[in-house]
Amino acid sequence: MSEQKLALNEYLKTDSDYLRGTIKEGLDSSVTGSFSDGDQQLIKFHGFYQQDDRDLRNERKEQKLEPLYSFMLRARVPGGVCTPKQWLGVDEIASTLTSSNSIRLTTRQTFQYHGIPKRNLKTIIQGLDREALDSIAACGDVNRNVMCNPNPVESKLHAQAYEVAKKLSDHLLPHTRAYAEIWLDEEKLLTTEDETVEPVYGKTYLPRKFKMAVAVPPDNDVDVYTNDLGFIAVAENGELVGFNLTAGGGMGSTHGEVETFPRLADDFGFIKTEDVMKFAEAVMTVQRDWGNRTNRKRSRLKYTIVDHGYEKFKAEVEARAGVKFEPKRDVVIGDRGDRYGWVEGVDGKWHLTLFIESGRIKDVPGKSLQTGMREIAKIHKGDFRMTSNQNMIIAGVAPEDKATIEGLARKHGLLGQVLTQTRGHSIACVALPTCPLAMAEAERYFPEFIDHIDALQAKNGISDQAIVVRMTGCPNGCARPFAAEIGLVGKAPGRYNLYLGANFEGTRLNKMYRENIQEAEILAELDALFARYAVERNAGETFGNFTVRTGVVKAVIDAAKDFHG
Amino acid sequence: MLLKELSSLASPLSQPQVEKLKQLTAELNAVQLAWVSGYLAATANAGNQAQLAPVSDAQAAQTVTILYGSQTGNGRGIAKALADKAKAQGYSVNLASMGEYNVRQLKQETLLLLVVSTHGEGEAPDDAIELHKFLASKRAPQLNNLHYSVLALGDSSYEFFCQTGKDFDARLSALGAKALLPLVECDVDYEAAAGQWHADVLTAVKPLIQTTAKVVALNDTGSAQVASESEFTKQHPYSAEVLVSQKITGRGSDRDVRHVEIDLGESGLRYEVGDALGVWFSNSDTLVDEILAGLGLAADTKVTVANESISLKQALIEKKELTQLYPGLVKAWAELSASPELLALSEDKEQVRQFILHHQFADLVANYKLKPDANLDANKLVELLRPLTPRLYSIASSQSEVDTEVHLTVALVEDEHQGQTRFGGASHFLASAQEGAEVKVYVEPNKHFRLPEDPQTPVIMIGPGTGVAPFRAFMQERVAQGAEGDSWLFFGNPHFEQDFLYQTEWQQYLKNGDLTRIDVAFSRDQAHKIYVQHRIKEQGQALWQWLQNGAHLYICGDAERMAKDVHQALLEVAVEFGGLSSEAAEEYFETLRSHKRYQKDVY
Repeated sequence: MSEQKLALNEYLKTDSDYLRGTIKEGLDSSVTGSFSDGDQQLIKFHGFYQQDDRDLRNERKEQKLEPLYSFMLRARVPGGVCTPKQWLGVDEIASTLTSSNSIRLTTRQTFQYHGIPKRNLKTIIQGLDREALDSIAACGDVNRNVMCNPNPVESKLHAQAYEVAKKLSDHLLPHTRAYAEIWLDEEKLLTTEDETVEPVYGKTYLPRKFKMAVAVPPDNDVDVYTNDLGFIAVAENGELVGFNLTAGGGMGSTHGEVETFPRLADDFGFIKTEDVMKFAEAVMTVQRDWGNRTNRKRSRLKYTIVDHGYEKFKAEVEARAGVKFEPKRDVVIGDRGDRYGWVEGVDGKWHLTLFIESGRIKDVPGKSLQTGMREIAKIHKGDFRMTSNQNMIIAGVAPEDKATIEGLARKHGLLGQVLTQTRGHSIACVALPTCPLAMAEAERYFPEFIDHIDALQAKNGISDQAIVVRMTGCPNGCARPFAAEIGLVGKAPGRYNLYLGANFEGTRLNKMYRENIQEAEILAELDALFARYAVERNAGETFGNFTVRTGVVKAVIDAAKDFHG
Repeated sequence: MLLKELSSLASPLSQPQVEKLKQLTAELNAVQLAWVSGYLAATANAGNQAQLAPVSDAQAAQTVTILYGSQTGNGRGIAKALADKAKAQGYSVNLASMGEYNVRQLKQETLLLLVVSTHGEGEAPDDAIELHKFLASKRAPQLNNLHYSVLALGDSSYEFFCQTGKDFDARLSALGAKALLPLVECDVDYEAAAGQWHADVLTAVKPLIQTTAKVVALNDTGSAQVASESEFTKQHPYSAEVLVSQKITGRGSDRDVRHVEIDLGESGLRYEVGDALGVWFSNSDTLVDEILAGLGLAADTKVTVANESISLKQALIEKKELTQLYPGLVKAWAELSASPELLALSEDKEQVRQFILHHQFADLVANYKLKPDANLDANKLVELLRPLTPRLYSIASSQSEVDTEVHLTVALVEDEHQGQTRFGGASHFLASAQEGAEVKVYVEPNKHFRLPEDPQTPVIMIGPGTGVAPFRAFMQERVAQGAEGDSWLFFGNPHFEQDFLYQTEWQQYLKNGDLTRIDVAFSRDQAHKIYVQHRIKEQGQALWQWLQNGAHLYICGDAERMAKDVHQALLEVAVEFGGLSSEAAEEYFETLRSHKRYQKDVY
């Protein structure tokens, strides 16, 4: 037999009875706070990961206690839009059922809870369900939370783009009733045929996670090219007519394994709004059938496209969609940051974007962010929009309510921080102590790191220039570090790889500049580069472009060849 | 015929001798039995007819029967010391726990000396329950030929002080028995009164015993056996070494529980699972300094303690009880301080009891200043304080597993009020012990908390909090035995993540199939409190089935509430799943208890 052995997760999925596994039994086991190894893979499809407090691992071993297991649950909130009532429900859960007592906004426009004990999972999921929220497919080898530019200014176009994002999310949800049965105590219905259980996914779902985003130019806050599948909205006279489709982006890679690499998506051409579902399903099913199921490190769509070739992939997608791509339309996408403070929309409503450092909404001494959000939710008549930069927009505020909202935001420390250009454009992932993949700090250390960057920019007289800085604790790329002008990717505690050369707009990847260095060295390198940049930059030239133009790093054009080359 | 089937009707031995023989031989292994049988045969062959002649009724009447009913070992200690003194005077002695005593034997007794403690609200200790009930029942015989004396142990801060002792005294008297002495009531500082009773009662017994009475050979063998248990005793403890004092509650726990490992080294100390370890401790330096400063007494003043001249500081650290108050001391301090508050309080027993629970001597010193003419000098202080007493901890290990080590599960007693933290003396000593620290220990056997002899017998272990300690020992022992009987643990504490004592060990036992099942109750992990008794009721059907299959039932931990709530839950299980009436349920567990299938180690 020469049949290749599939990745372990493939067998788990096959044997899981459509994602049920032994999750129910695991919930009933009161002697441990963890799930079995197999179920730990399956629960991701239900929206949560098993983690443990890595700071306490050794200590608890001595204490004859198992690791302090808890769960990170991520909700599915297409486009990051939720109502004040939903927020109050979300907030109540964080306060009563999690040990982190916080809500963490993510880089994919949703929120997650940290520190959920196993015994509270069901209560939490039922609580979300009461607010018409769920965590189905928020993680796992499926289509994840669909991002959408939350731009409330162009409200009509946003509304149309958002509708598409929501439809994509709902249409491509797994159909298995495992979630309803396990978490919502719904009855088990008898079904036997794959086609009836999972018409799109089948028994083994996708080979790997699958990410989608809808961008509304000129903003590129969703970092559309870092997604497996992207839709860049094309409008005519303020009306949505279709999208430029992009495919094959993805950040994840493994240190030291050159066959893995981050990649930005390719442009495939224009499609009409009415054909969006056809194309989305076509791309996804090609990945389902062609994707690598033997090596999970090479199983994202980006590798499928690289391995099969762009043209062959495109032809297959067109064949499955039954529609051809039209030439891509000219659109310009630019800033990936958020517009902080108040902006007025075309409909006369106002929108307040709050900077939430590392997306962590929590009451800490001096800043009662969680209380502030709760107080605002109690009186707010519009909605909330979570941004892909881990920030929060209080959207749709009537002019007469502005003062009250702003007053609450200031009172609770949600507003008022003097924000440098760079801090406003920077993000970090969660990392230690909860993320099992983290090799170094990110969220806990990042604010301090940005203080240093701010100081260096001030020292070199370049404070007016926004630089996209991103830090992750590992190379899996949750904070999209390979699309940052300054990317820092954890190698070991206190040690990072330093990446430079991505452009400000997010259409070019960066490249490793220094490997495995510590803070002092990182800052020394950046100080030297900032000094040169201050003197040698062209008018309007961003830092990322400067590092490429002056040969500090080579431009990455074809990721498969250039990123490690 | 097997020894355990032996009865006095079928042998030349009297019933007490049969009982003693059974009692003695039950503890012996095959090698010891063979040795004893050889020894007895040799003695018989040597023609020592006097000792082995059939014992006449007249001679049996000379036996002094000493019975004890004791929860903590104090009663047993007093009874054993009396037995030793009586034997030294040449008397034939039958020393036994009330729990092991055959009540039908009572009417044949002529000399009966009882030591019995009282618990909670006037309750008899476990091993005294049956005899206590029997004496109060219609089945109790007339005891006109009986002379007796009762020493009652109690705590005068409780309302029903020495109640069980009073009951025994009253009942025996009502049944026609004659008191050798008036009832002796002892408070928590019982040592002096008990010593006096030993002397008085032996004097009173003397004219009633024929001087020709001989000590039967069996008794010698018996006492020799007891003496060889260990040379280290409460009075002569072994200086052991602390190997580990590891906190086993999580960082977020509001309690500090330690796993303490102690090396018994070359001492030869042996213990069985179910036994307790007596721990002598020193009071903390800081605490003693605070008291000395508060009283304005010099640390190096010489004082006399037990005929020894030592510094006051040393006396307070090593010899005197500082962390547990007793009513007499509160009363004395009320007078010394002339504090109206304390004077009023010391008049009310219940208030004193509550006060004692949450205060230490240092609090008296700090909060109630001495009146100007109190004249409390160093020697008076030392006299005022009770001698330091060791604390008992249920042993959490089996020597089949840990060899010369002994493990304890120690909850650090911490009481914070008015910004001041007071620690329990022994628990603080053990919790702060560094590796290599010296600790004086002895083994306190607990024959009423033993695994079933048959390793096939299922066991149900109910041990919330540090009550889980002996069950860790049970599991180690059963695994070492290769026991195939099922085992079921009920454990509870406030929080799953923080307070699941020995969690990883239970997980391993479960995984290996050594522990059949475990049910846990974490009281504070949900809105409503859940305790082990709730789990017992939830699992009532299965639990009843286990009992029907012969399971032995064990409870260890808090006596005041837990053991009572658990007992209540068990009764309800018997009613609901066994279809018993509440009276029948009570009887059912009473029968289990008398068959040693329902054992408690509660405190």
